[in-house]
Amino acid sequence: MASLTLKDLYKSYGNTEVLHGISGEIQDGEFVVIVGPSGCGKSTLLRMIAGLEIISAGEVYIGDRKVNDLEPADRDIAMVFQNYALYPHMSVRQNMAYGLKIRGISKKEINRRVEEAADILEIREYLDRKPRQLSGGQRQRVAMGRAIVREPEVFLFDEPLSNLDAKLRVQMRLEIRKLQQRLGVTAVYVTHDQVEAMTLGDRLMVLNAGYVEQFGTPLELYERPASLFVAGFIGSPAMNFLEAKGQPDGMLQLENGVVISGAKSEGPVTLGMRPEHLIEDTEGPIRIEVSVLEQLGANTLIHGTLEGTEREMVASLPGIHQLEPGRVLGFLIRPDELHQFDSKTGKRL
Amino acid sequence: MLKRVHFPPSILPYLLVAPQVAITLIFFIWPAAEALYQSFLIEDAFGLSTEFVWFENFDALFKDPQYTGAFLRTAFFSGAVAFLSLSLAIVLAGFADRVVRGATVYRTLLIWPYAIAPVLAGALWAFMFNPTLGIISYALEFINVDWNYKVNGRQAMALVIMAAAWKQVAYNFLFYLAAMQSIPKSVIEAAAIDGAGPIRRFWTIIFPLVSPTTFFLLVINAVYAFFDTFGIIDAVTQGGPANATTILVYKVYNDGFVGLDLGGSAAQSVILMALVIAMTVVQFRFIEKKVEY
Ligand SMILES: Nc1ncnc2c1ncn2[C@@H]1O[C@H](COP(=O)(O)OP(=O)(O)OP(=O)(O)O)[C@@H](O)[C@H]1O
Ligand SMILES: [Mg+2]
Repeated sequence: MASLTLKDLYKSYGNTEVLHGISGEIQDGEFVVIVGPSGCGKSTLLRMIAGLEIISAGEVYIGDRKVNDLEPADRDIAMVFQNYALYPHMSVRQNMAYGLKIRGISKKEINRRVEEAADILEIREYLDRKPRQLSGGQRQRVAMGRAIVREPEVFLFDEPLSNLDAKLRVQMRLEIRKLQQRLGVTAVYVTHDQVEAMTLGDRLMVLNAGYVEQFGTPLELYERPASLFVAGFIGSPAMNFLEAKGQPDGMLQLENGVVISGAKSEGPVTLGMRPEHLIEDTEGPIRIEVSVLEQLGANTLIHGTLEGTEREMVASLPGIHQLEPGRVLGFLIRPDELHQFDSKTGKRL
Repeated sequence: MLKRVHFPPSILPYLLVAPQVAITLIFFIWPAAEALYQSFLIEDAFGLSTEFVWFENFDALFKDPQYTGAFLRTAFFSGAVAFLSLSLAIVLAGFADRVVRGATVYRTLLIWPYAIAPVLAGALWAFMFNPTLGIISYALEFINVDWNYKVNGRQAMALVIMAAAWKQVAYNFLFYLAAMQSIPKSVIEAAAIDGAGPIRRFWTIIFPLVSPTTFFLLVINAVYAFFDTFGIIDAVTQGGPANATTILVYKVYNDGFVGLDLGGSAAQSVILMALVIAMTVVQFRFIEKKVEY
């Protein structure tokens, strides 16, 4: 087991730079999720760690070994691919044993490890099948098994669950987490699904267009998003954003002229309010004209617009509510739950 | 169950296939039938009288050590051509699959030989290896190889094998490249992470995964070596020296048109016909089944 250190990593394809200086320290045994929208460079970053892409600039350390110039085989990593990448002409057993055989491990030890992994993953009865005779979920397990038996320093996952149906995805998500904790191995996991990221990761690295937006625990990201991007990306339903103006007297003037307290600076700011942080209060200054309700059972999502403007807003109230469209509701928000961002740079204030 | 759809009888379908049927009849069935008929006849040396002899021609063929010799020679020749051209093609395709930049130039160069007529290909090789003029013969002199394929039967065989294989490499290369490119890149990457170097990846992953292509090409190349190499042999060695490169197709021509043994030549061509039919059947059988992996 080992830590993993990324130092100012750059990646260019020809003249296009797709990663612009990625740094981060991943502790021994930590589960880090790299999350971001499609095309932001997650896979590229992971593949650079794996040794499948050339590092244009910067350094990758596994433990205290610099691995920039090592072949993937010599980095002591295992990777689970999105399409599983099983060897189609080999049985499940051969798939898992392949890497061990190459490393010259004894037959007895190979069998022991393969069978142990098969027991953990509950794929013992499929050991003699070919990959094409397995379902997607079973193939997924074999791919994990192939990674486990190697007993690597670092596990790398590139969207391993995205080909599974929603229910299986939730189940496998839990299993991956349990497995990683049981083995205590360092893991880097790429996904574009923020729920998956929040539930799996000890820490999340949020990537946007080749830059790290924020690197922190799920709660840090939720409670103190470092930028507008992170604020909008983490949390479901997504955070409400409204434009406001900081007044000299410390008040914030909303788009419809209403003022609330808590300005951190003068001039234009972007306010962020999570739907679940809006508290209904008849006296509340944030007034929303209801348009549509979504009944989720445990809570109700209230869609509407900020009174007097076209600004779309969502509030989430616990329990079941019946409201007719056109009603105006007042809301409060606690000052520590009111996020403020620089309108120009998008950085947290 | 398939439901049958009934159309009113019409002559249109027959008209539509008529040209194809006519061509097949005139250029294939008729000569084939003629050959079959000829193979049952013996003509005297002056062409004055013919006699219907049933299987005597075939009987004579199989008793003729020249013919059985040619049979073995053809088997060796086809095997060698197929092996040489397949191995060259798979290695080249393996490299092309890894090359990203300049791949098109590389591919185009490799495809050229296929576009050359067999006789020209033969002439080219004959010229390069010409004992007195050839550039390669000249080079071989420096490493003390006594090169003269016009008197040395083994050298002659080696030369026609090389020429025939070279011409087929391009075709095989295209099929192998396509097969290799249809292997998901991540499978190869997974093997790399598992610790397999390029050569091991080739033997344990790529080679088994392109085995259906190998099988298909094996049959195609055997058929090619059996039948389509006439031009090369004619241009390079004319079957010589001392019949060292007389393979079955060449013997058909030689016995029939040079030796004027029409009955024997026809019997040989009937046997060849049976062989090509057998190979085609084998090929279709296996292609339908697909090679399992
Ligand atoms: N071989 C390549 N040549 C040129 N550009 C590439 C290459 N591979 C990736 N890119 C570019 O690099 C950027 C990052 O790609 P990457 O595959 O890392 O995205 P991603 O975050 O994994 O996206 P997704 O969630 O869709 O998988 C993209 O803009 C992509 O177009
Ligand atoms: Mg990706």
